[in-house]
Order: sequence, then structure tokens, then C-alpha cells
Amino acid sequence: MKAPLIRALDRASTTFLVVLAAAAVIVPLLNLAMPQNSPWYVPTYLVALWGKYICYALLALSIDLIWGYCGILSLGHGAFFALGGYAMGMYLMRQIGSRGVYANPILPDFMVFLNWKELPWYWYGFNHFPYAALMVLLVPGLLAFVFGWFAFRSRVTGVYLSIITQAMTFALMLGFFRNNFGFGGNNGLTDFKDILGFNVQADTTRAALFAISCVALMLCFVICRAIITSKFGKVLVAIRDAEARTRFLGYRVESYKLFVFVLSACMAGVAGALYVPQVGIINPSEFAPGNSIEAVIWVAVGGRGTLIGAAIGALVVNYAKTYFTSGALAPYWLFLLGALFIGVTLLLPRGIVGTINHFAAERRHRAAIKAEPVPRPAE
Amino acid sequence: MHVLRDRLTALVIVLGLLFAGSLARAQGYDAALAGFAKDSFSDTETAINAVAASGNPLAAEVIEALQDGRLLFDPNDKKVYVRKKSGEMVDAATGRAVVGTPPAGLKPVRLNNRLRRAIDAAMGALTLLSPDPSKRYDAAQAVFKARDPDALKTVDAAIAKETDARIKRALTEARAAIVLNLSDAPAADKLDAVSVIRERGDQEARGLLAGLPANTPDQVKRAAADAISSIDTRLAMWDLVQNAWYGLSLGSVLLLAAIGLAITFGVMGVINMAHGEMVMLGAYTTFVVQEIIRAQNPALFDYSLVIAVPLAFLVAGACGVLIERSIIRFLYGRPLETLLATWGLSLIIQQAVRTIFGPSNRDVGAPSWMSGAFELGGITITYNRLWIICFTLAVFFALQALLRFTRLGLEMRAVTQNRAMAAAMGIRTARIDALTFGLGSGVAGIAGVALSQIDNVSPNLGQGYIIDSFLVVVFGGVGNLWGTLVGAFSLGIANKFLEPVAGAVLGKIAILVLIILFIQKRPRGLFALKGRAVEA
Repeated sequence: MKAPLIRALDRASTTFLVVLAAAAVIVPLLNLAMPQNSPWYVPTYLVALWGKYICYALLALSIDLIWGYCGILSLGHGAFFALGGYAMGMYLMRQIGSRGVYANPILPDFMVFLNWKELPWYWYGFNHFPYAALMVLLVPGLLAFVFGWFAFRSRVTGVYLSIITQAMTFALMLGFFRNNFGFGGNNGLTDFKDILGFNVQADTTRAALFAISCVALMLCFVICRAIITSKFGKVLVAIRDAEARTRFLGYRVESYKLFVFVLSACMAGVAGALYVPQVGIINPSEFAPGNSIEAVIWVAVGGRGTLIGAAIGALVVNYAKTYFTSGALAPYWLFLLGALFIGVTLLLPRGIVGTINHFAAERRHRAAIKAEPVPRPAE
Repeated sequence: MHVLRDRLTALVIVLGLLFAGSLARAQGYDAALAGFAKDSFSDTETAINAVAASGNPLAAEVIEALQDGRLLFDPNDKKVYVRKKSGEMVDAATGRAVVGTPPAGLKPVRLNNRLRRAIDAAMGALTLLSPDPSKRYDAAQAVFKARDPDALKTVDAAIAKETDARIKRALTEARAAIVLNLSDAPAADKLDAVSVIRERGDQEARGLLAGLPANTPDQVKRAAADAISSIDTRLAMWDLVQNAWYGLSLGSVLLLAAIGLAITFGVMGVINMAHGEMVMLGAYTTFVVQEIIRAQNPALFDYSLVIAVPLAFLVAGACGVLIERSIIRFLYGRPLETLLATWGLSLIIQQAVRTIFGPSNRDVGAPSWMSGAFELGGITITYNRLWIICFTLAVFFALQALLRFTRLGLEMRAVTQNRAMAAAMGIRTARIDALTFGLGSGVAGIAGVALSQIDNVSPNLGQGYIIDSFLVVVFGGVGNLWGTLVGAFSLGIANKFLEPVAGAVLGKIAILVLIILFIQKRPRGLFALKGRAVEA
């Protein structure tokens, strides 16, 4: 029996990892080492933009893990993404220190503005990076655990689950919009200065964040591959295809679902935490139900249940979004996005990667048939 | 002869008396008017009361002019003038128009807040005897607020003459308010007054009883304290009724938005995320109908909603049939894909409406029979909310009847219960699917007509309702219109009762959390289908 890591990495996965690793090295190099007038120079804004795409790809990967392999369509994954982002944002806020507009060494600007006298208890500890990093995993994970515990135990499945996950992110959005929640209300958290002592705006920090995002995506990809190629992964697929049968075979369906749901939420949290320093702001509109559904369509475009496809779908759709919304075509972007939703579900249900895999498999199948003629049925 | 002389004497005396009387009154009025020309606040106040007490027919006009700053005086010869609203100058003493150009250097009589109160009280007393009932009623309310002891006599006179029961009650309350603030009224009168005020039982009555003068007898104070607590209970009860009413109103809006979804999602099992956009299309249909009516035939404006209802049904229904034929029929049995495709559709419809009508809110007017409000006990009921509740119930029962009693409804139920069997019985299931979806969408369009009256008509109108509608349908139980009804109203009422406690946003969050917990407990909703239908 092969070691789990070897088993997890087939040819496509290895290629994907190599491309990512190359990007993690080459893009920062082209940004930092090349002179500005060189044709090979990658401007810093592009590094930040691509870093953002990589974070989206990680979010898509986390959705694909539960949707593609376990049949859980979460329309609230944007909530986990945003929670991870807020945890990181809180750390970055505390790092501003007395450099804020009101120069209060402890309180962030918006709290001074709201006339708060002391830090709320849930802000304690966020001035330490390890604590914040732990919270990035813990907060989305805990929410997913509580939510999943209730939902899966009472066998809320299919669209019902989708709708209540949507209601969950909607409720969180309403909450975070309130000033007295203590997360900056409408404006969210912004004006960040330092991360771990490095200037957030600096080219080197941007390049490092890009490389870290790529590494995080690679790590999560390997984890996902390891899970789906294991026996555990086979049970997940069984749950996706016939939940009741799997239960009757003696598997504790709820526990499997809960584990993979929490893991996926943690990944989304990491994606959000890497997203915030690169974008420079986190506000409650990240919780908007529309964002979560958009993330689902990335997965559908790339190919549900292919992992690589999810990442590619996120990159393709977001590149298209940037391309369309930054030019004269801006009013047509929503038409295109809408058409993408309809077109993919009706015409390309396997997504890009899924379709390619399908044709490749058929070709192999045909080649196999040619090499070994089918025995003639007995007369 | 003797008789004649006596009569003559009597006549002379009577005439003399009459003359003297009118002279005295005229003198009182004229002297009072002179007070306005002295340009001092305290003299003006005396003048206001004297003019009001003079009984001169010009008194009301003079005081009204004073209130509006149209009472002028000449600092030289101390004569007072009224500038009428038409701009014409009138001598305040005689009421005759000024001949020729009015004297130069006229100054308006100055006012301060104390004087404005005095004016209100004086106007109240003066208009208490007005022939116009609504003016009398307003005057009685004004006196109730002002509690001017001088008005007591006029109020008594007015009570004696009054025939309208409502005004008479207002007058009695006004009298009671005055009596309670008189220092020399007997305790028994004051006790009567307390019980009258207690009957009134609103916030103002409570304020009056809470602010009795310090020298009030103890027994009156006790009665007042008793009355206050009874008023408090009463007010709390009305508060409850008010919340329940708001809850019903919100519930009807939720029901209206969700009822179409109860057909498409509840009966057909199709997740239509573009449902909110059907509502939005209905609202925009109303807008277009009103625009056409404004341009072509403004007289029809009051009927605009009546015209818009069938049109909105047709527009949204046609859209629904189109959507079903072009997209949804390929996705039956794949609810998650349907969800995504219809979400995309909702983006397209929103953006299309934004392109055609612009992103800003469009103005949809209310016909005259839907504007305004009336008082019922302690609460105010607006006509548009009342009509929306009636309309919602009408739509609900019409839909129930359609499903229960018509051939189409029978076929719809047959197809949703057992498609293969229905097809075997000769029902064209594809056609029924399209019609059912069209019906659900059309009902959503009708909802849009009603919601255009209470919400902003913008391309985002539908988005605000989609999550709520799904929650209502899921909460009430899928496949059951009654469940949707109960679900909508209980959510509406729960929301409005939570709001005063937790605030609007937290209340909404609490409701969402409660529903999420509820779905955990009963995943199939309040009114779950039982037996084999569950697995369908």
C-alpha cells in the first residue's frame, strides 16, 4: 500500500502543484528583481490582484471539497471567508497602535469615534499574531461545527441546507453592519499599517503575501487530495451519491459530513485571512449572500468534484470579472455572470476540467477497446 | 293715553339700555384693541383676553390675524389694522376697508411664546361656538391642552349648546382639564373631573393627571394616582394591540411575497431564486401603468392599481412560463442546479431592469383610497396597510379555490402528486408544469403591485424578499398553502414583538436564528406532509 501522500498526487495534481510553486517563486521575483521598465516587470498592483485570485481559488477549493465530494451545497461559505478575514483584520487593526487618526494606543479609531472607553473582551489577544492566526482557524471552524452539528444531526439536507446557510450569512451580515457589534459597522476594518512588523503597502510584503497565498493553496490542495483519495473520501462520495444507503451500511453520516464541513470552513477562513492584508479592507458586504453564490459558480464553471477545476474556475471567472468591470463593458458584466450561471448548469454541467477529464477518459476507454477487442458474445 | 305714555317710557328705557349696552361693549372692544398698540407683551396679553371676552364679531378675525403676524398698528395715532389674507387693509375697530392708501409706518404686533399660548387658548374659546363641527372639535382639543381658566365660561356655554356627542365629550374633557387646574374648585368637582379624564385614557390624559397643581386636595391626588395606573394598563394593552397590528401587516407582506413561492417551490419543488425578480417585475408594471395613465388620462389614476393587478399577473406569469420552458424544464430533479441557474437569471433580470428603467427608485403613487389613516381606539391604522392585508387574504383564498375547485388546480395537484400516473390519465404534464410555474410567478407579480405601495420600486426590490420568502415557505411546511399562511403571520408577529425589546436588526437576526433552530427541530416545517409524499 502506497503512502497517502504518493497516492494523493496523480499526474494532474503534481502538474498543478508545480505550476503553483513556480508562480509563487517567479511572480515575486519578476516584481522585485526586474527593473520597472523591463518588459518582464510585474507591477505591484498585479501581484496584489493575483494574490486576491489565489485567495478566491482557495475559497473555491474549500467549497468544492464539500459540494463536489459530499454533496453539501453551502451558500454561506462567504461567511467563513469573511470571519477569517475579520480575525486577520482585528490583528492588523491592533498593529496600527497610536498611528491612527485619534492616536489612541489601544483602541482602534472607530471605537474612539463611538466614544468607547475600553476594548471589548473579544478584541483581547488580537495584538499577538499567533493568537490571531489561531482565531482565523477557530472562529469559522467553531461556527461551522455548531451549525453543522445541528444541521446534519437533524438531517437537514439538499436545498434546505443551502437556504439556511444563506440565512446564516445574511444574519451575520446584518449583525456586522451594526456599530455596537464592535467590528467597525458599515466601514469595516481598514487603514492597515503593519503585518508582523512589515509595512502592508510595501512591494516586498505584497510579494511575500502572494507567495504565502500560493503555498497555502498548495497545502490545502494536498490536504483535500489526501482526503478524497483515502477510504474516508470514498465514504464521502458514497454519502454524496446515496446518503440513506451509506447510513444503512453502518457509517455515521453526520460525523463524516461534520468533519469535512468544519475542515472546509477553516480553509475558507484561511483564504479570508490572506485576502484581507492584500486587499486592505474587510467590511460586512463580504457576508452578502450574493458573494457566496458567486463563489459556488466558480466551482461549477471549473468543474465540480475536480479540486483543480475549482481553483481554475475561480481564476477564470475573476479574471473575466476584472476584465469586464474595469472597461466600457461594465454594465454587461452582470448579464454575462447571469448567463454563466445558466449556461454552465444547462450546457456544461461538468465544468471545464470535468469536461476535459470526461473526454480524456472516453478516449482512453476507446483506445482500450481497440487494443483489446471485445469478445464476441456467445451464440 | 296713560297706557301710551307708559309704553313710550318703556320703549325709551329699552332703547336707552340697548344703546348703552352696545356702547359699553364697543368701548370694551375698542379699549382692548388699544392694548395692541402699546407695543408691550403684557399689554398685548391683556388685550388678547379682553378682545376674546368682548364678544365682538370681529374678535376671531383680529386674533387670527395676530397669530399670523397680520395685525398691524400705527405708532402715531394708536389705531390697529388687520391686513387680510388677500392683502386688503381693514380697520380693526370697525371692520371696514381702509379708504385710500394705508398710513405709512405700520408695525406688526410682536409675539412671544407666552402670547402664542394665550392666542391658542383665546382662539379655542372663540371657536368653541363656531358653526363648523370640526372647528369646534379642534377648539375643544386646544382648550384641553391650554387649560386656560378664563375659557371655563365659554366651555360651559358650549357644552350646554352642543348636540354632537363626540364634541360634547371633548368639551367635557376640556372642562375637566380646566377644573383640575383651578385652585378654588371644590374637591367633588375635581373628583368628577378625574374620572372624566380617566375615561379619556391616552398619553395626554396621563400627562395631565401626573402634573396636577401642588395644592390639589389629597383625595383628588389619590384618585388621580389610581386613574394613572388604570391608564397605564390601558396604554400597555393598546401597545400590545398596536404591535399585533404591525405584526399582521408585516405578516401579510411576507405572505404576499411568499405565496407565489409556495406554488413554485412548495408545490412543484422548484427552487426559484428569481422569484423576487417576478415581484419586482410586478412593481415595475404598476409603475408603467401609472406613467401611461398620468400621460393619457389622469382621471383614471385612482383605478391604476386595479388595472395593474391583471397586467402584472400577465407580465410576470408570461415570464414564468418562458423561464420554465427555456430553463427549468431541463433541470427537474436537480434542485441545486436549478438554484444556481435561477440565481443567474435573477442577476440578468435585475440588470435588464436597471438598464431600461435606471438604477434609482421609481415613484409609484398611491391612489386616494389608499392614502390616509383612521383611529381605532388607541391605535392608528393606515389605509394602505389595511388594504394590503385584505388584498393578501383575497389572493390567498382565490389561489386556494383555484387549486381546490378548478380543473387546472386538480391537474396541478395530480401532476405534483404522481407525475407518471397523471400522464397515464391523459394529463399533459409538460403543459401543466409550465402553467403551474406561470401561476406562481404571476402571483408574485400581483404581490409586486401591492408591495410597490409600501416599498421602494428599484431593481433591488426583489432581493430583499427572497430570503424571507424562502424562510416563510420552509417554516410553514412545503406543499401546504395553509402552512405558508400561518408561517408568514407568525413570523411577522414574532418579528414585531421582538423589535421593541431587541431593536429592529437584532430582532431580525433573532428571528433568523430561531428559524434555523426550528428547521433543525422540524426539518419539514410546521405543517409537514406525512407518509409517502415526504420522500417525493
